[in-house]
Amino acid sequence: MLHTSLHCRSFPSPSHLRSLVLSSRLFPSVAVRTSPTLSLRRSRANRSIAMAATEDSRIKRIASSIRVIPDWPKPGVMFQDITTLLLDPQAFKDSIDLFVERYKDKGITVVAGVEARGFIFGPPIALAIGAKFVPMRKPNKLPGEVISEEYSLEYGTDVMEMHVGAVQPGDRVLVIDDLIATGGTLCAAIRLLERVGAEVVESACVIELPELKGRERLGDRPLFVLIKAKGV
Amino acid sequence: MTYPQEEVDGKERGEKPMMKKNNKRLETKIEGIASSIRVVPHFPKPGIMFQDITTLLLNPKAFKNTIDLFVERYSSMDISVVAGVEARGFIFGPSIALAIGAKFIPLRKPRKLPGEVISERYVLEYGTDCLEMHVGAVQPGERALVVDDLIATGGTLCAAMNLLERAGAEVVECACVIELPELKGRERLNGKPLFVLVESH
Repeated sequence: MLHTSLHCRSFPSPSHLRSLVLSSRLFPSVAVRTSPTLSLRRSRANRSIAMAATEDSRIKRIASSIRVIPDWPKPGVMFQDITTLLLDPQAFKDSIDLFVERYKDKGITVVAGVEARGFIFGPPIALAIGAKFVPMRKPNKLPGEVISEEYSLEYGTDVMEMHVGAVQPGDRVLVIDDLIATGGTLCAAIRLLERVGAEVVESACVIELPELKGRERLGDRPLFVLIKAKGV
Repeated sequence: MTYPQEEVDGKERGEKPMMKKNNKRLETKIEGIASSIRVVPHFPKPGIMFQDITTLLLNPKAFKNTIDLFVERYSSMDISVVAGVEARGFIFGPSIALAIGAKFIPLRKPRKLPGEVISERYVLEYGTDCLEMHVGAVQPGERALVVDDLIATGGTLCAAMNLLERAGAEVVECACVIELPELKGRERLNGKPLFVLVESH
């Protein structure tokens, strides 16, 4: 279990940006006192609303391309299937671009992707920002020397492995997976990376299931997601 | 070590130095890729020299060159689908798909894909395994590229091709970073072309 945490820091979420766009639509003719600073502020605000609008339409497209499969892998679970996102080249590109835009100037040296769907999103991001890609895998898949981290599942435990030497102390790492549910997998990945002295700058997922409280399990480790969804 | 031959344009005199330079550049890229691949002896069992591409992924320039070489080859072949074999095919396939504007389709071990799937069983050294693809991911007539990190006996790639063809797609080519020619995987592809960057003996 993660022993840190008090409160979690969260970066502006898509829903925050969505509400920005919404309010400009609801109140198109807000009267503003014109003064140089105010009009500068307003044009900056207009630009960020415009950016948010573009970002918003990309996120809308991404969200609508994700298929929900009810009662899989077991009754009661609403499975968020990203394979349909991958069938929409524009939406897939947009999802990568949204991550790249966020991380390209953050000095990230390593993108760590969690097997297997993290392997789909992580490498394109790594390539675009010039970082190494490090796969975090199920046991006995990585050849050579590994370090392992056990983590709990709903029933029982699982193990995640990383290559010894893949990550150096001081590396600035971005952790990627398609989705965060309870946060157990991401926590294990973060622990592995911190054990070798890396700094985990942020974890990033396409989808978050807020009801499963993964963000809280990450404690004070930042989490960025494109979409929040109901998982149960 | 082999690498794709550059097309030779007509003119002799002016083109030669340029072609030599391009070939040298290509050779350097391929050498960079090949030398960044780590060989791990006796994994997963004694006698096997395992070709570990994770060290390639730790070299951003070599990784980028790998993807670029595939993209250069496929960007004008009208490919609408890139199918990647779990799990290391997921590392190379999506970047190629994104660059050429194609869909990416994951081909997975059993019970990983939700919803309706078609399955193809294939033979391993001992026993059998199974590869699955989503129903509806591929339409009849689509032109597909199959991607994996390595071809050994060709069993997995063969199963992948069968899945795509059963759904009515045309498999244009199979592409891998590494080939182990002694295992004769190329012959198992039913005459389908295979393109690789590095041969390992």
